[in-house]
Amino acid sequence: MATEGQQHPIKIYFLIWLLLFVFSFFSYLVDYLDLQGNLRWFLIVVFMLLKAGFIVAIFMHMKWERFALIFGILTPPLALVVLMFLMAIESDYAWSTRVVYMGEDPAPKPELPEHMSHKEHGEEIDH
Amino acid sequence: MTDTTLSTQESIFTSTARDWSSDMTTFKGVPWGKAMMWIFLLSDTFIFTCFLVGYMVMRMTVTQAWPVASEVFALTVWGVSVPLLLIAIMTFILITSSGTMAMAVNMGYQRRKWAVFWLMFATALLGASFVGMQCFEWYKLISEGVRPWHNPMGAPQFGSIFFMVTGFHGLHVSVGVAYLLIVATRVVRGKYDHTNFEIVEITGLYWHFVDLVWVFIFAFFYLW
Repeated sequence: MATEGQQHPIKIYFLIWLLLFVFSFFSYLVDYLDLQGNLRWFLIVVFMLLKAGFIVAIFMHMKWERFALIFGILTPPLALVVLMFLMAIESDYAWSTRVVYMGEDPAPKPELPEHMSHKEHGEEIDH
Repeated sequence: MTDTTLSTQESIFTSTARDWSSDMTTFKGVPWGKAMMWIFLLSDTFIFTCFLVGYMVMRMTVTQAWPVASEVFALTVWGVSVPLLLIAIMTFILITSSGTMAMAVNMGYQRRKWAVFWLMFATALLGASFVGMQCFEWYKLISEGVRPWHNPMGAPQFGSIFFMVTGFHGLHVSVGVAYLLIVATRVVRGKYDHTNFEIVEITGLYWHFVDLVWVFIFAFFYLW
């Protein structure tokens, strides 16, 4: 059985390294430029998936592995995608019951860190 | 059975069915240590994803204000507040360490032991500085009154999920630093001279996985 190592030209590692830097810089820029709404959500997920894909495919050599290993490792996490969708539906329902039946504020305003103080201690203890 | 030669003639699905049903080693041409590391990383993927799904559930169901991450994790440099600065530096450090690790794997297959040692040592050093910055971040948040059960900026769930997710990731980085140093020392001491130095690649898989998890934490926890 061939136990050949994963040997590839150094050039491709440098290229991916550079790409990871660029994508990280862009995703940081999303926050720095304070983009909001669907655009922010979309850009964050796209840069995240690009980075994750390049790390797995090139740095972890998945691109060059036999399909038996790729299949064995990359298909089980699909169950996690299902879990994520199920929990998202459930959370949406739980949130709506809290708003409808418990009279919770559907859009609470976050406080700025400057206002942080310990004087409202009594408020938070109820959970 | 001739294994690797057949794959060029048949489809990937036929070859995969053949590999999995061969009543022999499933992952042909893969050192067993590497296959085991991949299976361990798969289990770790499930752990981290369950944490992140738990975070999603809290974030979606909470009716108190969630702290704005870019303000909470801002650093003041020369009087200017830069959002998420520390987290950005930590991200770049981890990517750099992934790069040095990839180089170390490449040097390993060229049997250049001292190059492997110094590259893995650099990776460990970058990893250790990452953990150091995370300690600083924890210190900052704890001194601002954030606890696993309490958060002066709003939803107390923020405190619990923050310490759990970053703590678990930081533990992985710390273990990875120790793992890197042990393997690097054993490489130069000649413990793997009879092998193809696939141990460096296996260590690399673990390290890249730590970086991979950070990609998701960075996106969901800090940028969201």
